[in-house]
Amino acid sequence: MSGPKETAVKRSMTFREALNLALTKEMEADPSVFVFGLDVPDHKRIFGSTAGLLEQFGPSRCFGTPLSEEGMTGVALGAAISGLRPVQVHIRVDFVLLAMNQLVNMVSNLRYMSGGKLKVPLVIRAVIGRGWGQSAQHSKSLQGLFAHIPGLKVVLPSTSQDAYGLLRAAIRDDNPVIFLEHRWLYDVSGEVDLAQNPGSGGPVVRRAGKDLTVVCTSWMNVEAMKAAEILAKRGVSLEVVDVRTVAPLEIQPILDSAAKTGRCIVADYDWSFCGFSAELAAQISHAHWGRLAKPVERLGFAHVPCPTTRPLENLFYPSAVDLIRTAERLLDLAPMDLGGESFYSYEERFKGPF
Amino acid sequence: MLPKASAPTSTRNETPLGVGPAQALGLYRKLLLIRLAEERIRQEYFKDEMKTPVHLGIGEEAIPVGVCHAVPEGSACFGTYRNHSLFLAMTQDTDRFFGELYGKSTGPAKGKAGSMHLTAPEAGLMATSAVVGTTIPLAVGAALARAYRKEPALTVSFFGDGAVEEGVFWESLNFACLKRLKILFVCEDNGLAIHTPAASRVGFRSIPEALGGFRAQVASGDGSSLTTVIELARGLMSRMEEESQPGFLHLTYFRFLEHVGPLEDFDKGYRRKPTPEEMERWDPVSRFEKDLDDLGVGGEDRQRVRQEVLAQIDRSVRLAQAAPYPGVEELHTDVWA
Repeated sequence: MSGPKETAVKRSMTFREALNLALTKEMEADPSVFVFGLDVPDHKRIFGSTAGLLEQFGPSRCFGTPLSEEGMTGVALGAAISGLRPVQVHIRVDFVLLAMNQLVNMVSNLRYMSGGKLKVPLVIRAVIGRGWGQSAQHSKSLQGLFAHIPGLKVVLPSTSQDAYGLLRAAIRDDNPVIFLEHRWLYDVSGEVDLAQNPGSGGPVVRRAGKDLTVVCTSWMNVEAMKAAEILAKRGVSLEVVDVRTVAPLEIQPILDSAAKTGRCIVADYDWSFCGFSAELAAQISHAHWGRLAKPVERLGFAHVPCPTTRPLENLFYPSAVDLIRTAERLLDLAPMDLGGESFYSYEERFKGPF
Repeated sequence: MLPKASAPTSTRNETPLGVGPAQALGLYRKLLLIRLAEERIRQEYFKDEMKTPVHLGIGEEAIPVGVCHAVPEGSACFGTYRNHSLFLAMTQDTDRFFGELYGKSTGPAKGKAGSMHLTAPEAGLMATSAVVGTTIPLAVGAALARAYRKEPALTVSFFGDGAVEEGVFWESLNFACLKRLKILFVCEDNGLAIHTPAASRVGFRSIPEALGGFRAQVASGDGSSLTTVIELARGLMSRMEEESQPGFLHLTYFRFLEHVGPLEDFDKGYRRKPTPEEMERWDPVSRFEKDLDDLGVGGEDRQRVRQEVLAQIDRSVRLAQAAPYPGVEELHTDVWA
């Protein structure tokens, strides 16, 4: 090995730095990896996550594109079946919708339709979630929509460690991976063990508890950790499970947690109706029929387009407060006074780690 | 497997295209293989054993045969749901072809793809698709991969005239021109999108004219003539090389049968039946037989090739009919690598 030795294998870094390091390491390790998408090499570098790639690897391995989402996804697919490992980046997941024809008719099907002859090592990174009044077209997550399609892997990291480990694993995967990054997570710092293997990328317990399980995707992990911290003050012990990979779903760790606590909330950062939370609630309820103390509860986006104005936007997205109130209902507890608690807001930015 | 071609009896030399009698007979074999395979499908189809929609290529044969002859070996190709001609032009493998049409485990996708998604990546046929225009950007991506690895090979994208109305065609063309990729776009223009004629669909004068502002080399001509196709493709490729630009080859042809299925449909009112003279002019096999006359490839050679091709097809159909269906475990395999 050349280059400086990792004096400390564990380092604290932000989510964006972890993504950036993962890209850099994979591009260093494999010349067939390239990163492209609108604004990937501009001065902002996708929230800083693609910083330095152009300078280190040159314009053939890090480049911007025309405003042609469908065409560029097809280009990525054509490059992937020709032996390259493209990482396509969308600064809003809402723009991936322009490429749904390629994703649903081509990317997801090509291996099956070729009788297993073709491999599709393709990563599509997309920025999801809430911003400063981003409204209906810059605010979605859509993991439920993507996960509905057989042949697409759907991954939502929520820590710096997973931003690093799961992105590296996604790039090394021979299947198409939709990698969804919540923009609020970019500023969150956490310890990253550079040597840690993300394993299957399946669900992990973020906080062990005994009274109630909260199964979370993406930013809901942050909200759930906050809710757990506050509920602990009144002696309620929440177990927080981070799904990490929505598709293909590894259900067993989630079932194990629900069996242990007997109560379960699915907190999915997406619309609830016909969504991933419904899938989880169905699988948990089916597996544990008659053994749960209460029916599985679901928290997700209100079934409306995302509004801009803050008071309505606050109602649209599920929060730690919603989790606390739902947990109290499931545990037959009176609502506690939250007057003294401070929750995440734009004005008081979360610094992390969890 | 393809029966070995024996040397033709003719002694005459090459045409201006550089196609000598032996090569010409080889090309004729490919045209006939496609034509007679499609005719065999027409005979068999109403037995309901081939449970897959068939978009037959009668009238189209000269385009894939000619282009694949003209392009360098090792070129990657992408096509459409009307892909029988392309698959057979590239592989001549009627065993696997009929295996797939019969939904059998002997097909290239073990029956999971059917007629509309025939592929043979090992032979360079990377993908075909039943959603118009969808393989065009894949071809551009394959060309990008070759440029990325500094490989000289060419990529070819076959699509119909209807694809030019899809946004993704223009996205793909734009990117290919921007990156000066080594890609040949081949537009197989039969003037119909299912049953709707171009006159009811487009607001431009002609496809070649619509390409006017792009930094690409363009050629247009009669796709019913194999020699014309070869000549145009070769000329275009040398201009592409000189200018370091993508190429666009626009070739017209006549679709003899209905959009999907084994029948003629001239009685349906959306197009007239061609005159016998037109039929002959638009028939790539008849057209090439005239060229064979000029080359002195005689009836005896042609008859022998026809018999060999018929025997090959007959054997392949029987093999496919007798072959097993994929096992139940195949439902869930090939989703993930």
